[in-house]
Amino acid sequence: MATTDSVTETQETQEQQGGSWKGGEAPFKASYGKLMMWYFLLSDAFTFAGFLIAYGALRFSSPTWPVPDFVFSTAPFGVHDAPLIFVTIMSFLLIISSVTMVRAVQEGHRENKNGVVFWMLLTIVGGAGFLGCQAWEWTNLIATEHMTVNTNPFGTHTQAGVYLDAEGNETEETFEMGDSYLIHKAGEGHGADHGEGDHEEHDYSVGEHPGYVVNEQGFLQRKFLVTDGPDEGEVMVQQFGPKAFGALFFFITGFHGFHVLSGVVFLFIIMINAASGLYMARKNGHEMVEKIGLYWHFVDLVWVFVFLVFYLL
Amino acid sequence: MSYEESKKLVYKGLVLLAVVTLIEVFFSLLGKGHVIESLGDITWLGYLIGLILIALSLYKAYYIIYEFMHMRYEVKGLALSVLLPTVLLIWAIIAFFQEGTSWKNRRQQIEEKDKQELKEDKAKEELEGLRNEETIEFEYRG
Repeated sequence: MATTDSVTETQETQEQQGGSWKGGEAPFKASYGKLMMWYFLLSDAFTFAGFLIAYGALRFSSPTWPVPDFVFSTAPFGVHDAPLIFVTIMSFLLIISSVTMVRAVQEGHRENKNGVVFWMLLTIVGGAGFLGCQAWEWTNLIATEHMTVNTNPFGTHTQAGVYLDAEGNETEETFEMGDSYLIHKAGEGHGADHGEGDHEEHDYSVGEHPGYVVNEQGFLQRKFLVTDGPDEGEVMVQQFGPKAFGALFFFITGFHGFHVLSGVVFLFIIMINAASGLYMARKNGHEMVEKIGLYWHFVDLVWVFVFLVFYLL
Repeated sequence: MSYEESKKLVYKGLVLLAVVTLIEVFFSLLGKGHVIESLGDITWLGYLIGLILIALSLYKAYYIIYEFMHMRYEVKGLALSVLLPTVLLIWAIIAFFQEGTSWKNRRQQIEEKDKQELKEDKAKEELEGLRNEETIEFEYRG
């Protein structure tokens, strides 16, 4: 009996102080909104981790995998053979916008309304710039290089060999094991800057030809003579790369891009609110700016890993 | 910390993240043989650079969480409750990469077996071809 009494007593004293049971104390000394933002980001981190680990598992399960510095070597304004340069610029955009976000939060602590709006505006510009770059990257992959969710024209040679020309004769284009190639659509050629192949008119009807095969989607898969290994002397056809690559690329960068997009939308809303002086009147000041800041840094954080997994490794 | 100090710290962070990113890109290109061509074929160097890249990325993640997201200034319990669950991912990575490798091995095994069966079928056909002239065909009544 004595113990029960003492328990009720302590509860009563806590209630008198407006203690933990009544929500008088903030757990972890953080506000509800900030704490829940952290836990939302934790759950989101697991979603992204699931995606990236799936990418890893599928990459390990495939005998060949598209080489990122071959796949991602184009940039706007006709730049070719510039591996990873464009994505590095995209990374810088996100880093810079993360830094301007930190500045916005700092100005929020000082209750400097104009400072908050200015730095948030720069953050939005950075985010929109990143989205623009991603839109260009996707357009290039879809419209120019014809990669889709289930077609991956980026292949890798598993043997050394030499390409055949349209008549089925050997050319001087040799390649080593592990070299990458991009399967083009028939008639579209390699582009003058690649400096390979002739661009005469050939028969591009679907089916088997002396030097190439045109598949039903219109892709031209070149034939080659194997010069090394167990299949030496055989004529083989360029194969498509692992199918999962396209789906993984579009889903993972798309999911991240969607986070950036919704981040930009929320940044915009909160910037308008800040400009209207709403947060100057609030008891917790510019806490909304801190919360969207947490989200925005998380988007940058995820990009660190998407960049690592997709482009660097 | 004064306002001026924390402002300086932010720009220090910008330079740090930018430099680390540039180092990462340089190492990645080095490992693929874009900087010095002959390096692209060395397997152990590829693994070493992979490890360096992962370490640098984790450092960037640490910096973003602790400085930009202010985790350093939060209560220890908050930091632990957010960061500790991610330890589970270590096991997920080990398990799923193991699984991926085993898919590849199994696929190769199946391909080899398919080739063997094809050869056996061919051998059988050849044998039957030899015997053909003398074989008496039975009608199947079962």
